[in-house]
Amino acid sequence: MTKDKPTVTIHGDLCKGCGLCIIHCPKEILSASDKINELGYLTTVVSGEGCIGCANCYIVCPEPGAITVVRP
Amino acid sequence: MSKVFEKSPAFFDTFERKPSMQKTTHYCPGCGHGIIGKIIADQLAELGLQDQAIFVGPVGCGVFIYYYFESSAVSSAHGRASAVATGVSRANPDAVTISYQGDGDLAAIGTSNAIHAANRGENMIVFFVNNNIYGMTGGQLAPTTLIDQVATTAPYGRSIKNDGFPLRMAEMMAGLEAPTLVARVGVNNPRNIRQATKVIKKGLEIQRDKKGYAFIEILSQCPTNWKKEPKEACEWIDEVVSKQYPFGVFKDLTEEREAVERPCKRVEFAEVAKQLGLVETAASDSKQLEMAHDEMHFKFAGFGGQGVLSLGMMLAQMSMQRNMEVTWLPSYGPEVRGGVANSSVVVSKTPIGTPVVDNPNVLVALNRPSLEKFGPLVPEDGLIVYNSSLIDQIPADLKCKVYALPATDLASTVGTVKAANVVVLGFIARKTGMFELADLEVFLCETFKKPALQEVNLKAVNAGWQAAGNL
Repeated sequence: MTKDKPTVTIHGDLCKGCGLCIIHCPKEILSASDKINELGYLTTVVSGEGCIGCANCYIVCPEPGAITVVRP
Repeated sequence: MSKVFEKSPAFFDTFERKPSMQKTTHYCPGCGHGIIGKIIADQLAELGLQDQAIFVGPVGCGVFIYYYFESSAVSSAHGRASAVATGVSRANPDAVTISYQGDGDLAAIGTSNAIHAANRGENMIVFFVNNNIYGMTGGQLAPTTLIDQVATTAPYGRSIKNDGFPLRMAEMMAGLEAPTLVARVGVNNPRNIRQATKVIKKGLEIQRDKKGYAFIEILSQCPTNWKKEPKEACEWIDEVVSKQYPFGVFKDLTEEREAVERPCKRVEFAEVAKQLGLVETAASDSKQLEMAHDEMHFKFAGFGGQGVLSLGMMLAQMSMQRNMEVTWLPSYGPEVRGGVANSSVVVSKTPIGTPVVDNPNVLVALNRPSLEKFGPLVPEDGLIVYNSSLIDQIPADLKCKVYALPATDLASTVGTVKAANVVVLGFIARKTGMFELADLEVFLCETFKKPALQEVNLKAVNAGWQAAGNL
């Protein structure tokens, strides 16, 4: 991944697995995983490439700090 | 254009609510509250209003906002957020006052507070989070619950005949003259969230410019109590909820409204004390009371109607007039007459830590249950006065001096059984050595204005005083 491309990071320890980010990602690069975090939730993970930095996932996520999107 | 979307600096870095959840909110997965909080935090940071913001929290799922936003915050009783925010706004005219309320809070118990704050055009922004149900308490019917929507208290769904129509708060607020901005937005998909962000930003700008009252109703998903997956809950807002509660800006007078300035007079504490008439008492040099201990604890107990509360009040007032620190703590049932009642009084030479009396130095028991309950709690150097007119048997486990005072009989001989408490007052004043008979007489004449009452009470207090000399 080069510096110039947008990136998305999901902080698994803060994710509650509601899945809203998955359904609103236009590139369909987020998906549910079978990882259970310390809070007891099945977390969402970034499973593909091609983030366009639209930040849809960031704005629909109810948890402050669970998703970071960098648009270079 | 380079941009980073991450946790807003308007949030605390760690949320100190629970040791196990220092970075996450208490909201359920997919809850709209979290999204709304993020929008508010982002916009406060963007407008640079974080330090000016004062949040007023509700009772409901939004109750913990003070743990999340790194701004000032006040909690209020259920439904009173708009009223408390009025005080916050009036006392801090430079603040951005934010009232954050749910539909159970604002549209049910707090409707009148919300409407009158709006009608006065207070400088505040109200976020009305409408998830058409009582969320925190587990999904009861709210005024905003949709027709036929099932709630725990409406198992067959909301019926118009039984429960009335869903309340459209935004439309009601828009019908008032004073509000500057009234809108309804949603946080169920990216498009609606972007629209909500614009409206919320505008509302905060109105507060920055002091242009009056902004009301933003936000349709918010409650996947838990709607018993839907977060995805279905969000879709249900578009398909069903927004049909009853249409999105839109119902009123926007931002351009034509001028800043609202209200006088805010700041006074020093000394001035407040003077206005309340406290200065004279504080400056009085009358002699302090002589007492067996620097802090004396009293318990007056009996049936309701025997005057145990007013007996405690009289002792506290007399002591206060002598420059003592005092507290008076009543305890009684819902009955005005009958039932059991007691009052705890603390009289001290130094400020009092607690008004609760566990081991009274002086116990007055006007009935038998009171003597049995509190008598054993009096320490060895204490004293007990019991009403021997009504109590024929005393518990075996009393440790201290016990005086049998026929208070009801003595009161009856001076004219009325109602004066039994004043008989006791005379008795304990002499036994404790706290007051002179003349002090009592002056106090009673100030308290009772009618001559007939004065006469009876003076006789009663004298009877008690004489009895204390004989026992």
